[in-house]
Formats: sequence, C-alpha cells, structure tokens
Amino acid sequence: MHALEKILAKASGKKEVYTGEIVNAKVDFAGINDLYLQTIYSFYEMGAHKVWDKNKIAFIFDHYAPAPTIQAAKNHHEMRKFAQENALAHHFDVNMGVCHQVLVEAGVILPGRVVVLTDSHTTTYGAFGAFGTGIGATDMATVLISGELWFRVPEIVEIRIEGEPAKGVYPKDVVLHILGRLKANGAVYKGIDFTGSYVEKLDVPGRMVLCNMSVEMGAKTAYIQPDKKVLDYIDQFATYPYEVQKTDPDYKYSENYVFEVSELMPQIAVPHSVDNVRSIDEVGSVIVNQGFIGSCTGGRVEDFEAAANILKGKKIPPYTRLVVIPASTKVLQECFKKGIMDVLIDAGATLSSPGCGPCLGAHEGVLAPGEICITASNRNFPGRMGSTGAEIYLASPATVAASVLNGRITDPRTIEAE
Amino acid sequence: MKTKFVGKAIILQDNIDTDQIYPGRYLELVDPEEIGKHCLEGVDPSIASRFVKGDIIVAGTNFGCGSSREHAPIALLSMGVSAVIAESFARIFFRNAINLGLTLLTCKGINKRIRSNQSIEVDIIAGTITILETGEVIQCEKIGDHAINILKEGGIKALYRKRMGVN
Repeated sequence: MHALEKILAKASGKKEVYTGEIVNAKVDFAGINDLYLQTIYSFYEMGAHKVWDKNKIAFIFDHYAPAPTIQAAKNHHEMRKFAQENALAHHFDVNMGVCHQVLVEAGVILPGRVVVLTDSHTTTYGAFGAFGTGIGATDMATVLISGELWFRVPEIVEIRIEGEPAKGVYPKDVVLHILGRLKANGAVYKGIDFTGSYVEKLDVPGRMVLCNMSVEMGAKTAYIQPDKKVLDYIDQFATYPYEVQKTDPDYKYSENYVFEVSELMPQIAVPHSVDNVRSIDEVGSVIVNQGFIGSCTGGRVEDFEAAANILKGKKIPPYTRLVVIPASTKVLQECFKKGIMDVLIDAGATLSSPGCGPCLGAHEGVLAPGEICITASNRNFPGRMGSTGAEIYLASPATVAASVLNGRITDPRTIEAE
Repeated sequence: MKTKFVGKAIILQDNIDTDQIYPGRYLELVDPEEIGKHCLEGVDPSIASRFVKGDIIVAGTNFGCGSSREHAPIALLSMGVSAVIAESFARIFFRNAINLGLTLLTCKGINKRIRSNQSIEVDIIAGTITILETGEVIQCEKIGDHAINILKEGGIKALYRKRMGVN
C-alpha cells in the first residue's frame, strides 16, 4: 500500500484499502476558514447542537482578516459565537494569518493524520506526511457532527523530480513547469506523490509549495515522504504524538512522471489559466502595475528573503507597486527580526496584515480593469484578484520582485544583488 | 426524487473554474438568492439575469476546478440550474454539488454534441441525455450509488436529518 492508503486504512479501521473503494475515515483535524459561515448554517439545518470533539476543530479567519466589510465582520461575529459556545480548544482570529501556515505552526498538522479544511489548498499538508484535502461547507458540517467523512481511495501518481536547477529557479518555478505539462486536469481526483533527488534536497517551505500547487492539477491530496529534516521541523511545534506511514517498496503507482529540472528557467503562468505556463524568455515585454508576494503558496520567510535579496538598496519605480503579506504573524515577526521586511519597505513595498490578502480578490490590493499583476500566489483565473478585466501572471517571489523593480516582467537572474 | 429534467442547454467550455462560476469578491454573501444573482458572472455577467429556471449547463472538462467554495453550487441551484453535464468535474465541486442536491452527469465530449439552446432531457437513473429535436440518446457515465443515495434524499442535509431523527 501507499503511505496515503495506509493513513486512510488506519482512519477507517481497515487493514487494507483499494483504489476506488469508498471508505468512512475518522478525521484528526478539521479547519473552517472565514468564507464558510455556511458550515454553521448547514450544521444547524441538519439538526445538530454540539460538535463531535472540541479539540479537533478550529476556525481560522484569514480570507477577510481583519474584516474589510460589515458583512465579513458579521460572518466573523457569528463564527466566534459558535466557537465560544462549543468551547473550541483552538481558535485563530484575524491576528494569525493563512490557515495553511498557522495550523502547521500550531502543531496540529502531523504525519499520518487525516486533515480536512474548507479550503482547496489543504493538499499543502502532504509536505508533512499527512493526508490533507479540501472540502466544502456542508461536507464540513457533517464532519463537525460525526467526526468522519467518506472518501474515495484515490489513484496515486508519482511525480519524480530529478536534478538541481540554477540559482534563481525556485520550487514555484518547478511546480509551474509540471503544471504546464500535466495541465489543470492532469491529476483530477488523484493523489500526487513527489519523489526524486530534487525533492529529497528540498527544504520544508519548498515542499509545501509543491504540495500546495498540486490542487491546481485537480489533485485530491499530495504527499512527500517525511525525512529527518521534516520531522525536526514538525517537532518544534507538535502538540500530539504522531505516526509516520511509509509506502511499501512493491507499491505500483497508477502513473509515473519524471521531470529533470537542471536546465529549467524561471517559469510564468500567463493569463488566464494556471496551466498556461511558459519559460520567462518566451513571455515577451509585459508592463506590470502590481506585484504581490504572499498567500499560502508564496508568503513564507524564504519567499520574502528571496525578494529582499533582489530589492536590497533599490527602489521600486513610481506607478508600480508591490504588496507584501506574510502568511502568518510568526512569519512577519521573523521577517522583521531578520531585517527582511525593512528592506522591502525601504524599496517601496506596501505591507499588509497576515492573511490571504488580494489572492482571491477580497481586499488589500485588488486590481482595476486593464491592470496587470505578477504574483507569487496560486491562481490567475479571470477576476481572481479583482476585475475580470485585469491580467494575472503567476511566478516565483524572486520573479515578482525583479519584475516590479523593472516595471515589466523580468528574469530575476538578470538582477545583480547588492 | 425527480429523476428526469427537461431544459435548454447552455454550452460552456473546458476548465470553468469556481472564480468564473462565483467570483471571490462576493464570497461574504450568505443569502442564496443574492448568491444566485452573481452566478457565472466570470463567464458572462448577463447569464444570471436572462437565465430560465430549469435550464441545463453543458460544459467541457474539469468543471468547477479551483476553490472549495460551496457558493458555486449554491449559485447554480439558486439561479435555477436543474443539472450540470460535463466531460469531467473537479472533485471538491462534485462533492459540494451532490451534497446540496445538484444533479451532475459526466459525459465525454458532451459540449460538442449538443448545441446552444437545444432542448434536452436528462435521466439521472439511466444516465442518459435525449436531444428532443432529433430524438438522439446519449449514454453518459452512471452516477455512483453513494452519490445517488445522497441525491435521492435531496442532499446530505436531508440524509443527516433522517439519520439523526430530526424532522
């Protein structure tokens, strides 16, 4: 069996599970973000009164944090009331950041766990050897009642990544390249297991980027076998015991892909689809109005550090803007401690409070019709970051920084660091 | 449970994502009627205002890809969509739609076989689509038992109410 299958088998009280089988699995942790007041409505509509386990559920206010509208404030208000009435042990209010960063820092994302959130990027937790998947609000309401959810045991594909890319080429470039080849429907309903020498060398944030973007290929979940580096990282935060699952040596993947990334250049997903990916030298001259570094994909310390290395001692030109939003308060504090945030602010960046920011077009830097944005976030669908008349280019944080510095899309390898 | 629907086909393309079905800027809305007014605004802002209740969406591959927002199926239901037929569906959208009682049918190449505004009949038990003008019957993938059981009850909420003995 694959490690993901072993996780599902254990959670559903079975010795073995098979691809395509529907299992009822116990959920180890459930998170609801602030888009989904519907979860509470559905919970009560189904006749429920109390949640199944107050220690395994949390609300995370990230998409609208702090509340930009009266409606969003009302939604937060109702969620807080529900959390208090149910005496939830964990709660992440508007001061914390993006769910996929804060839950890791809270030590509830652990190897071998089944984690569901009302957010598609829950695939991120594969970086920690957990089974993470996104679900909708009413599905979540059934979890709050029963502590279980039905899953179809997915086909699992291996994406083996070999080689060592040049300096200036980041995990985001690697995953965009894969997305461009396998396409937005390349892994619908499947689990993706990332393997290979590139992955083995990758640090924890880089692994999170690969697993995070897996959902853009339609994946149900993602996985990277945790190694010592990952377990050391987890042990800083872990609040519960955990069990690491391991794939059997004779396991046969439903498909195998191999990518060699030694020669890879920075990659860009051009409008209006995540799989419309080109090497940066094929993009041509594109003026940018806004850059965004942030979100569950590109808002960690390493991302701002890469941007600061490019922007140190330089100024973003007038009429071009850069919005920077750390994925969590902890990330923000560390960026300040390391002097990274000062560099970005000195260069002319606009710092906003930890959360999802303009990634989904809610607030803190939405786009006008005709504007062009280059972003370290995850989606470039029409209207994703504001007007449907705006254009969104997806790239690594370094490419975003280089591009705002030049006012047009720029290969970060052409910028000399101070 | 209603197992047959007749409506006019609205043809959409591949990879209709949830931002196109329901733009993120309206996610704070909670009233289904309000949500329905913005349905498919990312494809064509005029669809919701001229939509005839009961009409059927016919799309290409990976319909509903992107976010986990339940607003997407809520918007489609509230606008009056009786069924969505697509070559394939994204998984979270699929679960959300079935949970809310929105009928989905998977059928290869369907958005190229049916023309815009043709009247079609969908039979969800047989898994077939009939083009009423020509009488042509198209066989789709049958909906799995698990999903049919949820749809039969009118969605997961009704199923849970029954399970928990709530009227």
